[in-house]
Amino acid sequence: MVTIKELPKEEYLLKGHAACAGCGPSIALRLLFKALGNKVILVVPACCTTVIQGPYPFTAFAVPLQNMLFEATGAAASGIAAALRIRGLEDVTVVGWAGDGGTVDIGIQALSGAAERETNFIYICYDNEAYGNTGLQRSGATPYGAWTTTTPTGKKERKKNMPFIMAAHRIPYVATACPSYPLDFVNKLRKAKEIKGTKYIHVLTPCPTGWRYDASKTVEIGRLAVQTGIWALYEIENGKFRLSPPSDRLIDKSKRKPVKEYLTMQERFRHLTEADIEKIQRWVDEDWEYYQALTSMERCF
Amino acid sequence: MARIVIDTANHIAGYAAKAARVKVVAAYPITPQTTVVEKIAEFVETGEMDAEYIRVESEHSAMAACIGAAAAGVRTFTATSAHGLALMHEALHWASGARLPIVMVVVNRAMGAPWSIWPDLSDSLSQRDTGWLQFYCADNQEVFDTIIQAYRICEDERVFLPAMVCLEGFILSHTYMPVKIHDQDEIDAFLPPYKAGWILDVNNPVTHANLVSPEWYMEFRYKIQEAMENAKKLIPEVDREYGKRFGFEYGGLVEKYQCEDAELIICTMGTMGAEAKIAVDNLRKEGLNVGVARIRVFRPFPIEEIRKLAKQARMIATIDRHISFGMEGFLASEVKASIYPLNDKPLVAGFIAGLGGRDVTFKTIEEIAKKAWKWLDAGVVKKETVWVDLRE
Ligand SMILES: Cc1ncc(C[n+]2csc(CCOP(=O)(O)OP(=O)(O)O)c2C)c(N)n1
Ligand code: SF4
Repeated sequence: MVTIKELPKEEYLLKGHAACAGCGPSIALRLLFKALGNKVILVVPACCTTVIQGPYPFTAFAVPLQNMLFEATGAAASGIAAALRIRGLEDVTVVGWAGDGGTVDIGIQALSGAAERETNFIYICYDNEAYGNTGLQRSGATPYGAWTTTTPTGKKERKKNMPFIMAAHRIPYVATACPSYPLDFVNKLRKAKEIKGTKYIHVLTPCPTGWRYDASKTVEIGRLAVQTGIWALYEIENGKFRLSPPSDRLIDKSKRKPVKEYLTMQERFRHLTEADIEKIQRWVDEDWEYYQALTSMERCF
Repeated sequence: MARIVIDTANHIAGYAAKAARVKVVAAYPITPQTTVVEKIAEFVETGEMDAEYIRVESEHSAMAACIGAAAAGVRTFTATSAHGLALMHEALHWASGARLPIVMVVVNRAMGAPWSIWPDLSDSLSQRDTGWLQFYCADNQEVFDTIIQAYRICEDERVFLPAMVCLEGFILSHTYMPVKIHDQDEIDAFLPPYKAGWILDVNNPVTHANLVSPEWYMEFRYKIQEAMENAKKLIPEVDREYGKRFGFEYGGLVEKYQCEDAELIICTMGTMGAEAKIAVDNLRKEGLNVGVARIRVFRPFPIEEIRKLAKQARMIATIDRHISFGMEGFLASEVKASIYPLNDKPLVAGFIAGLGGRDVTFKTIEEIAKKAWKWLDAGVVKKETVWVDLRE
């Protein structure tokens, strides 16, 4: 386990980037580079990060970055990984960095293909639970009840469970994270870097613009997501499910804060009824019963 | 040592990719392209070819993987047909915009609906504006030679654009012909190792293809147009050098046959260009001065060469294995556009033939020429677009 003091001082996400104030994904990006250093080639599809870079001829990224088509991150990363192998560059880490839309919706085919081919790379889905780049439309990762511009009265369907879909590919490493728990995220990235094959990390990244809360509250919202148990931090290593320290003790229901605390802090959930909130609480509780069962299994995938 | 191989154009394309020392191949099967990538898989798995073979899950991903690999500094190859090519469309723009010299074999096949696996050129021609060079081959030897030439041209720093090498499904793809596979050392001498225009390199990081404001975007597009113009000059030079080294030369942008004194020039592409030569031999016996201009390179379009031909001929009859619905065949349009500035223009007649693999023999082409000749005598084109052999 690293400590904050052990993290490198160098910044590879440079000043002057173009994210909104309080942007969760940009905090995650900064941590990504702290964890992996600069021997990294990044593939970024169309998403908020396309804008965060800043416009040509400027860039806020101090590592090589290939911008890519919205649905093609997994495939482009496969090409890069193959070329690096041919060139014998084994110490360079290929990272796909994509939003939830580019991962769970349009990009799932290329990602699934890359995982099935055991492509050697880390794929990170930063999940702001909507299409940020195009102005906050719903995605397959938008949670039940959330306002977006295409679900103006709240989304009627549940969030797609992408980490489990990836785990079902039997890749060696799947993890969830949240930048509100930076060391947990950094440790997972460092572990992923050492494993050969396809590594998938799904990071919940609060987005003040889309979730409609004050920009100063990003870290707090992320913490609440974990503390209420609506976002569980875990790893699935070679099929073995393990809750991470910040989430581990929440198996005990009494340790979990009510989801209401999380939901009511965000305007996107403003119109939820008490019944809606109860339903979401029930789902969360069910998830945790499931996690408990998984924890006791030798292999869940 | 050079050797003669009797094989299909698809397998020959595989031999060419190997001879070009391609390092990453990413492909997805579709009839009639499939045997191209099967051949390469065989080469790679038996260790005959030192390359990574990425068995992608779609054509869109095939092109994306080639983009990634080329950006990371190696020579790449893929092949597809029809619906596969259409699925790639978005990525084709990206490849040319990123100035990556990817070479792709397109085995021409008609687009559905209704399903058809037989050839016409509507798949590749409808990718006309994606910024790719487009070569059209008339036989298996030309397929081999054009693939090697294409890498040399695309990887020239004055060009840095991707290229399609097109061949018609079944007519060539599955037809055996003897082909000379040139000596590997000589190919290596002709085609130096891949040198990228830009590269993803951790020691010299670049952010590639980020957002470009209206202040800059046009300049990027202008550079592509400039590269196309450069390619237009380079292609005949490379073809000539290739001819000197290997004994096979294809006329650069346009293969001309019996054009010197021709009053009527048949202008077409691909295997119809080869078939038209037989038609011309027969027509000449009947006293008709007919010639053939086979457009070998459709992008960049050989405007200047068409103008030269137009100055001397009285009529150009285009035969398109393609239709741009609501207009005419692309070749007809391009030829007309090319000659527009001339004061003294020949007549242009457009024929649509061979869609979805309908056979176009030299006899069909003779009939087309005779019809055109009548109009030539009358001094007027009676019907602007004629559908040949149409069941009415
Ligand atoms: C084929 C295609 N369709 C649509 C778009 C438009 N588009 C660009 S980014 C985007 C949404 C991205 O959402 P997400 O992946 O969640 O990332 P975020 O913007 O939230 O960071 C969309 C719809 C596109 N670029 N390409
Ligand atoms: S919309 Fe959200 S995710 Fe996108 S840049 Fe703004 S805060 Fe970040």
